[in-house]
Amino acid sequence: MTAPPTTRPTPVLAAVDVTKHFAVRAGVGSRAVVRAVEGATLDLHRGRVVALVGESGSGKTTLARLLAGFYAPTSGEIALEGAPVRQRRGRVERGYHKDVQLIFQDPFGSLNPLHRVRHNLERPLRLHHGVRDRAELDRRVGELLERVALTPADQFADKFPHELSGGQRQRVVIARALAVEPKVLLGDEPISMLDVSIRLEMLNLLDRLRTEDGLALLYITHDIASARYLCDDVVVMYAGEMIEGGPKEQVIADPLHPYTRLLVESSPDPARGARDREALFDAGADDLGEPPSLIDPPPGCRFHPRCPFAKDVCRTQAPPRTDVGEGRWTRCWLHATDPTATSQETE
Amino acid sequence: MTPPAPHDDLLRVTGLTVDYVTDGDPVRACADVTFTLRRGEILGVAGESGSGKSTLVTALSRLQRPPAVTTAGSIEFRPRGGDAVDLVTASPRTLRSLRWTSVSIVLQSAMDALNPVMRLGAQFADALRTHDRTLSRQAAWDRAAELLTTVGISGDRVRSYPHELSGGMRQRAGIALALACGPDLVVMDEPTTAVDVVMQRMILAQVLCLRRELGFAVVFVTHDLSLLLELADRIAVMYAGRVVELGTAQELYEAPRHPYTRGLRDSFPPLRAPLRRLTGIPGSPPDLRRPPSGCPFHPRCAERFAGCDTHLPDLGPAGGDGHLVACRLYDAAPGRDRTVTLEGSAR
Ligand SMILES: Nc1ncnc2c1ncn2[C@@H]1O[C@H](COP(=O)(O)OP(=O)(O)OP(=O)(O)O)[C@@H](O)[C@H]1O
Ligand SMILES: Nc1ncnc2c1ncn2[C@@H]1O[C@H](COP(=O)(O)OP(=O)(O)OP(=O)(O)O)[C@@H](O)[C@H]1O
Ligand SMILES: [Mg+2]
Ligand SMILES: [Mg+2]
Repeated sequence: MTAPPTTRPTPVLAAVDVTKHFAVRAGVGSRAVVRAVEGATLDLHRGRVVALVGESGSGKTTLARLLAGFYAPTSGEIALEGAPVRQRRGRVERGYHKDVQLIFQDPFGSLNPLHRVRHNLERPLRLHHGVRDRAELDRRVGELLERVALTPADQFADKFPHELSGGQRQRVVIARALAVEPKVLLGDEPISMLDVSIRLEMLNLLDRLRTEDGLALLYITHDIASARYLCDDVVVMYAGEMIEGGPKEQVIADPLHPYTRLLVESSPDPARGARDREALFDAGADDLGEPPSLIDPPPGCRFHPRCPFAKDVCRTQAPPRTDVGEGRWTRCWLHATDPTATSQETE
Repeated sequence: MTPPAPHDDLLRVTGLTVDYVTDGDPVRACADVTFTLRRGEILGVAGESGSGKSTLVTALSRLQRPPAVTTAGSIEFRPRGGDAVDLVTASPRTLRSLRWTSVSIVLQSAMDALNPVMRLGAQFADALRTHDRTLSRQAAWDRAAELLTTVGISGDRVRSYPHELSGGMRQRAGIALALACGPDLVVMDEPTTAVDVVMQRMILAQVLCLRRELGFAVVFVTHDLSLLLELADRIAVMYAGRVVELGTAQELYEAPRHPYTRGLRDSFPPLRAPLRRLTGIPGSPPDLRRPPSGCPFHPRCAERFAGCDTHLPDLGPAGGDGHLVACRLYDAAPGRDRTVTLEGSAR
């Protein structure tokens, strides 16, 4: 391993050039590979929040599951406090989940449906903190439910998951992750089903955890405005690859990559007002093009078929990662030296 | 006998009340909900997590399961070229004949709608072939692939199982399935929570475009008020199982009447304006087993006055074109039934 280039401390959790492929059936008897994540590199630091945004199906959940140790990378490495994470038979060492907790995207599938909320929350308290005392368990469960605004707590504790609304389940899932008191929290769209006011309360809660307890947080979301509210840095994914990253204000106000630009411009913005909606949506209908297949991704830059600025090199060669200073980088030929152009000039 | 609905009303919901009957007090998740939906209209439903939105839409599409019980009210539905039916009292057989072809639903948990052990294509083929018995298996699968492309999933994924899709892809497949048989009414419960905003715009553009072509009406539930402002013709805001405000998207954004709606509007983190800490709506949502007396919002309301804790305001005119609000601040608005509300005017 090379020494870190700056004085920045070792990240709590890092993905180093991680790739994940899935084998699927493509037709009768034939198999194909879904290239869900390719060459992803990401650092999570104490007390910092990184927002992971991007296309639906671009590999965000897969990356979160890799970081959480639920998948073994096809290549590359996950490192916890600098030490590579080893997996045996698809499982991480016990204890890993004491440090790293994942909030699953689908709150409907991730709670044990046979048990009441109380039991779902007591499990991590017993497992990771060895709490056995009845009164202590009750106290902690009550505290957790209050933190996620599920009050009266004693009433919610006795409900079964199917008796909760979507947003209430999401908050139980958040409470369960908080029960562990992890060093790293990976939130996969953790508040997507909450209304704006409770959403705000959860964002403020996460913000407190990061400032007071030094939690490192990965926040996966489609809500760019909430990412801007909570996070420090933004990373954008498209078709299995990371295409842009940097401090939030710069990335959102002045995107480098054309896909990031499209993403920010498409965000619902109440400040824009209820303008002519047909126009707003018509603009989206045909011009945006189809999302790429990850079984057979486009050659060159994966965004080129939809990119208004695509030039020859974009169709044939994958753009390298270009650092543009101030912690910003992108993978786009608009910001890199075009090798075909230079070779023509030198000829 | 109620008079026949005017020709362009597709749905007339009157006094709909739904309880969850478990041991202890019942949870009244829908209380006296009344509204009409015009043919081809998009009605947005917004509101706090746990305010009864999913309960309302499952009741509308008659997909509710025990312990949910519709204890009062009617849902008059007038399908094209058919007789009006009251969905509350209709027989299971009638309801089955309406499913997919007249009323279809996109559930909040996409996993519930898709069968986990069936390939996507097979599920689409099932729905398509109950609708059109002459359709061959192959033709149905081809049509399925076509429908998937309309929601941005490449046709080669028809052979996938739901777990092989990303969260957003599952949601999109659910939308395509709901539109498959050309229904009169499509009910969508948080259909795009896991979809990126670019894709969301694309899908909604498709939905709007198909609506122009096929003329179906949509009830669209989401916590994402900013999206509704751009998409919906009218918006209903729910609080504690009740509709507390109903009006056009524009009125609702520019001049929200109910203090709760105003709180919602002011809870959005901005996409571009300078960031400041937002506090949302203070207090927590009511316990639906023991809702507060009077106006259910009064414990959290900054504008409450004498009598709000004892008088339940009804949904009535609040000035503006058909704008309705349930709040005693508007007791003096023209068109109000003064007799019900006079006592409270101690303001
Ligand atoms: N178990 C699996 N088997 C096969 N393919 C998979 C599997 N899990 C994910 N994929 C594929 O990998 C790609 C990335 O999926 P992933 O769930 O990581 O996307 P995502 O960015 O989280 O999307 P979304 O925003 O819609 O949740 C998708 O094309 C998906 O179909
Ligand atoms: N099976 C059930 N038994 C008892 N209570 C239930 C049941 N299902 C839902 N509830 C309660 O009914 C209320 C309304 O739930 P509903 O799912 O309609 O809310 P929602 O508005 O869709 O919320 P969200 O935005 O979080 O999805 C909630 O307080 C919920 O706890
Ligand atoms: Mg995902
Ligand atoms: Mg719901």
